[in-house]
This record gives sequence, C-alpha cells and structure tokens, in this order.
Amino acid sequence: MVIKQLSVFIENRKGRLERVTETLMEHNINIASFSLADTSEYGMLRMIVSNPEEGKKVLKEEGFSAMLTDVIAVKIAQKPGTLHEVLKVLFEESISVEYMYTLATAGENTSIIMKLSNLQAALKVLDVNKYEVSTAQEAYMLNNSSCE
Amino acid sequence: MIWNETKECMSRDEIHNLQSARLKKMVSHVYHNVDFYRNKMQQMGLEPGDIKSIDDLNKLPFTTKNDLRDNYPFGLFAVPQSEVVRIHASSGTTGKATVVGYTRKDIDLWQECVARVLAMAGIGAHDKIQVAYGYGLFTGGLGLHYGAENLGATVIPMSTGNTQKLITMMQDFGATAIACTPSYLLHIAETLEEAGKLGEIQLKAAICGAEPWTENMRKEIERKLNIKAFDIYGLSEILGPGVAADCEYHKGLHVYEDHFVPEIINPDTLEQCKEGEVGELVFTTITKEAIPLFRYRTKDLTSITYDKCECGRTLARIDRFKGRSDDMLIIRGVNVFPSQVEAALLEIGETSPHYMLIVDRINNLDVLEVQVEVEERFFSDEIKELEKLTQKITHVLQSALGLSVKVKLVEPKTIQRSEGKAKRVIDKRVLV
Repeated sequence: MVIKQLSVFIENRKGRLERVTETLMEHNINIASFSLADTSEYGMLRMIVSNPEEGKKVLKEEGFSAMLTDVIAVKIAQKPGTLHEVLKVLFEESISVEYMYTLATAGENTSIIMKLSNLQAALKVLDVNKYEVSTAQEAYMLNNSSCE
Repeated sequence: MIWNETKECMSRDEIHNLQSARLKKMVSHVYHNVDFYRNKMQQMGLEPGDIKSIDDLNKLPFTTKNDLRDNYPFGLFAVPQSEVVRIHASSGTTGKATVVGYTRKDIDLWQECVARVLAMAGIGAHDKIQVAYGYGLFTGGLGLHYGAENLGATVIPMSTGNTQKLITMMQDFGATAIACTPSYLLHIAETLEEAGKLGEIQLKAAICGAEPWTENMRKEIERKLNIKAFDIYGLSEILGPGVAADCEYHKGLHVYEDHFVPEIINPDTLEQCKEGEVGELVFTTITKEAIPLFRYRTKDLTSITYDKCECGRTLARIDRFKGRSDDMLIIRGVNVFPSQVEAALLEIGETSPHYMLIVDRINNLDVLEVQVEVEERFFSDEIKELEKLTQKITHVLQSALGLSVKVKLVEPKTIQRSEGKAKRVIDKRVLV
C-alpha cells in the first residue's frame, strides 16, 4: 500500500529547518525517517512522520508550504545486492525512481522509501516478485519509542 | 565647443519669441491632425487661437504614458504614415510598448540635438566614438549613432553585450569617446583595470545616460579612466537621448528649448512650480512632426533654473534627477514597472501571487532578482518540478521585461505585506 510522505519547502535561511522540527515537536509528531535535498536557494525536506495529516496542518499554520505525497516503503534485507535487485525489478517494468531514501530501522530488515513514476504498477510488480511493502501504520509508527 | 551658438545662446526674450511662434504653429497642426488632442481641447473648450504665446502653455492638456498606450500603436501620430521614416518603441507599464515615430525632419532635429550634446562634451570630427547603447527599437543606439555621424565623428556601432570585443576595438581602433550607460562604463573600467590595460586606451570623453547616476559615480568614472564624463538625458516619447545634457561645468542639464519646452509641475496639484522648486518634469515638443506631444508627464522629479550658465549657454537647466513620481525602475537602461512583473506572473497562475523585486548593483552591473512565494498550487515535492517552475517564471519575466532576471522561490507569506500600497521593490543600488 502507499504511504503518505510529508514534504516541506524550506528556504535557505537561518532557523527555518529548526522551525519545522520545532513545530512537529510541539505537536508531538514523531519523525520516523527523512531526507533533505538541497539546492542553492532552498531545501526540500521529505519525511515519514507518525501523523502526516496533522503534520501538514500544523506546518501550514506556521506558514510553510507543505504537502502530502504518495510513496511506497519496500522492505529489503540488509545484505549486499538487495537494493540492486528491487531496482532491477522496477526498471524492467519501465518504472522510474523520482527519488528514494531509507526508512532506517535497527532490525534485520530495512525499508526503502520510493517515489516512483507509476506507483500502482510498482506495487503490482513488487507483489509478483514477493517483495513486502510497509503498511502506512507500520511506517508511521516506526522508530517511535514513545508508542511502545 | 558650442555646436549651434545661435540656438544655444539666445537671449531669454529670443527664446520666448521663438517658443511662442513654434507652439502656436504646433497647436494648430495638432488640433487639425490628432483626434485625441482635438477631442481633449474641445472638452476643455479650448481652441488653437487661445494659445497666443508660450505663456499659455498651462492651458493645454497633459499627456501621459497611458495616453500613448491607449492610442497604441499610431493613434497620436500627426502625419500620414508615408511621412514616417522610423519607428522606435520602449516598454510600457503593462507590457504593451510605447510607440513613437519620426519624420525625416524629426530625425534631422534629433541628430542636431545629439551633435550639440557631443560637441558640448568636447567631441568633434577627429574623434572615434564607440556607441555602446543597444541598437534596435531602443532609442539609445541609433540616436547617438546619427548624432555622432552628423557631428562628423567616426562611429563604431558596438551595441551592447560583448565587453571583450568592445575593449579590443577600443584599444585597436584608438577610440577617443564612448556612449553607454554609466554603470556599464564602470564595468568596462573595472574590466580594463583587471586586465592591466588602463594605460593602453586613448579614451577622453564619455556620454552617459539612460539610467540615473550620481556625481560620485561621475567622479569614479573620470578618475578610473582619466576621462571627462557627461550626462545625457532623453526619453523616446519626446525624442530619445538628446533632450538635455550637461556641459563641462556639470551644473544641471541644458534643455534644448528651441525644440522642447520644459515645465516643472506639482504632481499632486498639477500646478506649475516656481523656478528652483522640485516637481515633475513635463515637456511640450514644439518642432516634432510625427508625434508632437503637449505637456508630456515624464514622472521624473527635478527642478529647473533659467540662469545663464558659465559655459555661455542661456538654455534652461534641469537639476540632477531626484527620483520618480511613479514606481518605474531603470535597470540597465531598461524601463521596468512592477506592474509588468505582476501581469507576467498572472499569466502563469490564477491569482496574483506575492512578489518582490530586488535590484542590486553587482560589479557595476544592475541585477534584478524577483522573489516569488511558493504557493500551494505551485508546490511540488520534486525539485525538478520546482526548477521547471523557476525556469518558466524566468522565461516569462524575461520576455515581458526584455531583461535578464534571477528568479528566487521563497516560502509563502515571507514577502512583507503592507497596508495600502504594497511594497514591491527593494532597490539596493547605492546612488550616492
């Protein structure tokens, strides 16, 4: 299934990134994983959080441009070659990766967050190839010791 | 040298009589040939016969840039198209160009005025002048070109855009004069300095205009290049460059009053100001044929003096410009109105986005940055989409303004909202 990623536009200005993390903290929203892409003028913070809808709402209230994006989290084993194999499966179906990053876990498996050119086709081909994708609930609640 | 002593050194009485005769003739010609002015005069209950001398000038209606736009393209022309030998155009407030035309006699008077300016700067037939204003619809390039040819100087029509080539030719041809914007000349000076070539040029004078500059900039240019720099003023609606210029005493710009009658008005009450009082500069053309204008409001703020200058000229002098009575910016010689940016942004989005223009001078070249807020409907989590958006905005703005623009996306609501008139411009250029 697809999961919701929270994406925020951050100008390269002192204190802006901190304001994002502070806002999420104030609303008790946990960040399970993130990636920060940078350009010369601005950054793009992409996060998997414990409550994406609420996260978007509170960030917008703070004046940020924030949006939810559909991504998938594919589980792969932590050993050489597993990332390559899953990408091969996708590329053979002509599905391209817009961006990706890891959903880090301390366990045996890890998840790769991917934004893909065709999510539904990807889910299908991953299923055929016996890959497991995280459910939304699973992803949102990862790395959140306050829930355990 | 005084190019036309008869006209430049007349007594004030002679100027009064000449202007009165020319104005009467012009008013009658315009009344019978331009619907726009005839309608305006009729509404005011004014007939050509009511204008008996230049003292009646303030009975005539004003003309604004909007009037030119509303009558786009040729509505204010006073001659049949067969008599028009040239068209020029400058940017208007909402993207539509302001179009002007010239008859052969208009071109003659233009090259006469520019020759006066060049002679006043000590340039003559033995000089080689590089014209480094843009050639084309902009009046800068061709205006200086024809004037310099009329003077008998050797013209090198550089146009703009290739500083290295300009410097090579300046050296190889032994150019003795240059006409360009003052900021570009400073840029040229610094490029020469960096290359260690300042000692290898034969430049002695520069004619600078098309953008506001200061006495300090003049001194900087003169010191760096070891030349004399002169100020030239003009606007395409009235003529192009050559409406006024300064002499070696730099005590204001001499207005060629035998062709253009200046007035200073209070932009709020529209009443004439006293001599020396700062207000909006207004021009009436009294010899132009193709597009004669009554009391054209330049929006430039200055004051005027009628005292005889130390150089011997008796023409009225306008002081260094104090600013504008509208929000027009002059960036690298190009007129930019914030409303043009707004109109261009409206083409992209559905509602008016918030934007801010930041004008700066970096290495003596004006740089325009346009900050646009990333609103929700523009937003994407993919950087390539945001870059596409930046490029699209850049492209739209560049074609609307005719000027290269740096677009910066900023967070929503970070551009200052002000009550009443929004502050759309931060001009960081230091003109002190």
